[in-house]
Amino acid sequence: MTTLIRRVAGDRSRRPVWQEPPTPVGQGLKAVVLTVLVAGVLFPLWVILVTSLSSRETIARAGGLVVVPRGIDTSAYETIFAGGAVTRALWISTLVTVIGTAIALTVTVLAAYGLSRPGSLGHRWLLAYFLIPFLVYPPLVPRYLVVTGLGLKDTIWALVLPPAISVFNLVVVRGFFQGIPSELLDSARIDGASDFRTLARIVLPLSRAVIAVVGLFYAVSYWNVWFDALLFIDRNDMYPIQRVLQSYLLAGQAPHTSGGSSGVTMPPTEAVKMAVVVLTVAPIVAVYPFIQRHFVKGVLIGAVKG
Amino acid sequence: MSEPAVLAGPERARPDAPASPGRPPGRPPRRGRVPLRTRLRRDWQLLAMVAPGFGILLVFSYLPIAGNVIAFQDYNPYLGDNPWQAFAHSDWIGFGQFQLLFSDPAFWDAFRNTLAITAFQLVFFFPLPIVLAIALHNLLSSRLRGLIQTIVYLPHFFSWVLVVTFFVAMLGGAGLLAQTMRDAGMQPWNVMTNPDTFIVLVTVEAVWKDVGWGTIVFLAALSTIDQNLYEAAAADGAGRWRRLWHITLPGLRPVIVLLLILRLGDALSVGFEQFLLQRDAVGRQAAEVLDTFVYHFSIATGNYGYGAAAGLFKAVIGLVLILAANRVAHMLGERGIYSKS
Repeated sequence: MTTLIRRVAGDRSRRPVWQEPPTPVGQGLKAVVLTVLVAGVLFPLWVILVTSLSSRETIARAGGLVVVPRGIDTSAYETIFAGGAVTRALWISTLVTVIGTAIALTVTVLAAYGLSRPGSLGHRWLLAYFLIPFLVYPPLVPRYLVVTGLGLKDTIWALVLPPAISVFNLVVVRGFFQGIPSELLDSARIDGASDFRTLARIVLPLSRAVIAVVGLFYAVSYWNVWFDALLFIDRNDMYPIQRVLQSYLLAGQAPHTSGGSSGVTMPPTEAVKMAVVVLTVAPIVAVYPFIQRHFVKGVLIGAVKG
Repeated sequence: MSEPAVLAGPERARPDAPASPGRPPGRPPRRGRVPLRTRLRRDWQLLAMVAPGFGILLVFSYLPIAGNVIAFQDYNPYLGDNPWQAFAHSDWIGFGQFQLLFSDPAFWDAFRNTLAITAFQLVFFFPLPIVLAIALHNLLSSRLRGLIQTIVYLPHFFSWVLVVTFFVAMLGGAGLLAQTMRDAGMQPWNVMTNPDTFIVLVTVEAVWKDVGWGTIVFLAALSTIDQNLYEAAAADGAGRWRRLWHITLPGLRPVIVLLLILRLGDALSVGFEQFLLQRDAVGRQAAEVLDTFVYHFSIATGNYGYGAAAGLFKAVIGLVLILAANRVAHMLGERGIYSKS
């Protein structure tokens, strides 16, 4: 047992000699709080996953949501992937996320490098120009009118372009670039490298961590887009996944299926609903652990400095 | 996970500033004597790099900000084929929309709700990440700490649609709690539709989503506190609580002040999607906040000028608040949000 604890707890660093041993009450309190917190995050995920994989009988016996799994029934997922609104929405969301993240990362990295050189032409003015939107948000109604006026309504560009540069992410990347030793950049310049070349060959290879983190931020915000879709996407065959999730689970409308194959036996609706939730969570949970370790290292250096 | 030395002092604010003698440090070299054309030839690539971001902000931030002027219009979307023509043909009516707005009880309801929620969350949400960060920081096992951090950061990345869905599934009328209570023969209560407890519900949701994420900046600040201070204090007989009070909290003070100011400056924003998603379930009376008011009284009903006026009012107050908060921060001797870096 103790070896197990030691294994989980890992490299238990030594308590400094001057520190008094912990009181049992304090220790217990801390354990309870942290356990509740961790369980509070994991339990809903667990219930939703288990329910999505449950059969009609299991769900009926549990009276709705299933906590303890009894067998695995993938019919909910089979229904979803047979085609229809959810599959299409997943496809649209994937498209928005991939295109959006690519564009946003390019725009942000370029702007961050362009703004990373104090003393360059127009530097102070440009920096102010890029930072002001951090304090003054674009107002809702004129923003709506601008996007519709540009004819972007019912296209994925209405979701992709407006958030394609986030000032916070820009500040993070810029801060990171400014932390790169200037000797490296100077030597490149002396060797005759252009700024584009310096960025591509020297700066970017050194900035993988921060680009991964900022890329995750962008990808998550594109995957999570909901309100912009409410504003700009009226055609329900263009809905991204969050919009489908909301209309299906929160507003209680069945997703419009394209095929109209209502003759087949329907899987339990509760399982299908929860399967939609699982499919919405899954990409985030899948990507997140790989990038999480860079958060503090990659993000805070830039953020706090900026 | 090792937190690096962040929150570097002002002297580290611009590491690449050329450290040449005879010029005050941190000041870019004066370029007055270099002709513009030379500078253009030298820096045109940097300008080209900035251009795409410049364009996106111009179209999707600055143009809408300028578009605030429709708050002074009787904007009619049906004049002309597109918003530009409608804008050109709509009548200018001065402050008419604002007069309507200030005599609208629904607007003041939204205003009151917003302030109430901000105040409530300042008391019941704001301190939690600090407490949690201190608890996590004091965990001796770094691997356990990393594991907990990984888990509690995660909900920050869920959309509000997902978070509300989780809460409906757990606490809603057909959710797990109601199901369990019904099985136990009790009358289930449905907190998701109760306007009286709505303020608690939204705070719990916000805590669930962001309490872990909120610890990051405090953990970073904690890791910069000099361990020798603790040792010296302990040698002088300070117990754990005195060390917390005299070392840990003063060490966190700049970050706490900064975040407090940011929060106060943003007092009129309490979140948007969270409220829009739940407004229908609990009703306008409790769940309407300024941001949802703007949406519901403009785009949802076609009354664009009115919504723009409400949005402009909120933006102006918000800007004043954030500038005032920053001024206060400087007066308290803190760095504030923008300290002319």
